Amino acid sequence: MSSTRGGRWTAWAFLAPVTVYLLACYAYPLYRNVELSLRRYTVRSFVSGGAPFAGLDNYRDVVTHPTFGPALAHTAVFTAVSLLCQFTLGLALAVFFHRHFPLSRTLRALFLVPWLLPLIVSASTWSWLLNSEAGVVNAALGALGLDPVNWLTSPRWSLVSVIVANIWIGIPFNLVVLHSGLQAIPTDVYEAAALDGASGSQRFWRITFPLLRPVSAITLLLGLIYTLKVFDIIWIMTRGGPTDSSTTFATWSYRLGFGSLLPEFGPGAAVGNLLIVVALIGGLSYVRAQRRQRW
Amino acid sequence: MVTRGPARAAWWRTGLGVVFTALMLFPVYWMVNVSFTREGDLRADPPHLFPVDGTVDGYRVVLREQLPYLGTSLLVGLGTVALTVALAAPAGYALAKLRPVGGGALSFVLLIAQMVPGIIMAMGFYAIYLRLGVLNSAAGLVLADSTIAVPFGVLIFTAFMSGIPDEVLQAALVDGAGRWRTFRSVVLPLSRGSIITVSLFAFLWAWSDFLFASTLDAGGASRPITLGIYRYIGNNNQEWNAIMATAVVASVPATVLLIVAQRYVAAGVTAGAVKD
Repeated sequence: MSSTRGGRWTAWAFLAPVTVYLLACYAYPLYRNVELSLRRYTVRSFVSGGAPFAGLDNYRDVVTHPTFGPALAHTAVFTAVSLLCQFTLGLALAVFFHRHFPLSRTLRALFLVPWLLPLIVSASTWSWLLNSEAGVVNAALGALGLDPVNWLTSPRWSLVSVIVANIWIGIPFNLVVLHSGLQAIPTDVYEAAALDGASGSQRFWRITFPLLRPVSAITLLLGLIYTLKVFDIIWIMTRGGPTDSSTTFATWSYRLGFGSLLPEFGPGAAVGNLLIVVALIGGLSYVRAQRRQRW
Repeated sequence: MVTRGPARAAWWRTGLGVVFTALMLFPVYWMVNVSFTREGDLRADPPHLFPVDGTVDGYRVVLREQLPYLGTSLLVGLGTVALTVALAAPAGYALAKLRPVGGGALSFVLLIAQMVPGIIMAMGFYAIYLRLGVLNSAAGLVLADSTIAVPFGVLIFTAFMSGIPDEVLQAALVDGAGRWRTFRSVVLPLSRGSIITVSLFAFLWAWSDFLFASTLDAGGASRPITLGIYRYIGNNNQEWNAIMATAVVASVPATVLLIVAQRYVAAGVTAGAVKD
């Protein structure tokens, strides 16, 4: 039925709406964004049009800007540390929840809560937890006899704080995906290993970890794409500050375009486009690795 | 002893699991706790661990000031669900069952689309909406919010509808139903589960969206709840009980959906990640 010529063309009747939608709501905004980055826009020309073509000037300005180095470093650290911690903690919890025990299902479901909350809710909750004077984290440090930390207002700690909040949000996703990956591993493999006298850690490193590789790879890829995009948490907790100490490409781009009274759309779009290149390289290298593995 | 051993080990695990969960959910508990705390006690040292002698003042403020925002969020959420399902369900059916020329390329485009960071979309949409004069409208926000959910929706529908046996559709065709009738009266009813999953995520993402709201809908009369919270924080508001009360109210949809539709949530999280 699907091979008939008629069928193949009716298919496009069903696909027409989504195709038009992709052109209008993805391709066109992306095109406008590239165009923004190649012209020298002012607020007036942004509204009325007619901004002069500037070639790659915006990109040159952005790359030589003093914020570029820190933003690049913070994006890399934020992404790498978040991914590593989310994945490790998520995997540990997935292994823990893999053995059924009373309430395991309910507790696992509760773990999803942080992931489902609106990011602005999580971010403002963490802001108050980490508040210098009234936050419960500093109160706990005080109870242990430690000095309070200016989590959000000192350049030394702001990046750490937003990373901690982001890890907290990312753990549930890693837990759920890795848990379902674990369930796909046939139990007789473990039974055979147990008969051969394999210890718990041997079973994990020799069986679980290798067999979980495909699921781990996709979890990390989705994590990478998601983490590169993270904007809400950082912007709400620190606005990228103090003095760029938690600025990433995403918050920098937003600040240039929308964060001040004098928007710089050209450079903002240029930063955004650099970000998309990184995300695409990550995504496509995964797709390629995946294909090579299959054939 | 032999039978009690494993049972005891299991309870030991439950204890540990409860501790892990409590640690994980502590920030959520703290949000609720602060939302009931009296303003004078907000900066108590040490902080009050339980809202003894609590107040619902924070919630009174929410009811007084945030209801319109909540209404907008509900409207935008439902609009996004409708648009997403209307676009993604037929596409999923075509990709799963009609195997069109160029279907693979389209799937690839949808995969790439999910990698585009929101800030880039926001800037592009802003430039377009400004020119068209549709900034600060709920409809514009629905269209932008749907971009988060449509590629995901097509993916879920394709995965699910591939599982519908060809014989069922063949039978409908033999009975004289056209492709559209087959889609409407056979495929859609069979796909109820995936419709729920897609709707649920489309709603939650639209409800939670802050980026598109703050760029495309920051000025008008119809602003969503995320901006209501942001306005509180941005004004250097010190009434953290009211801020946290708003946060609690804004979390209600996520919590309710997790309770009543847990298995659809789990299906959405793992779909796409764990296939074959």
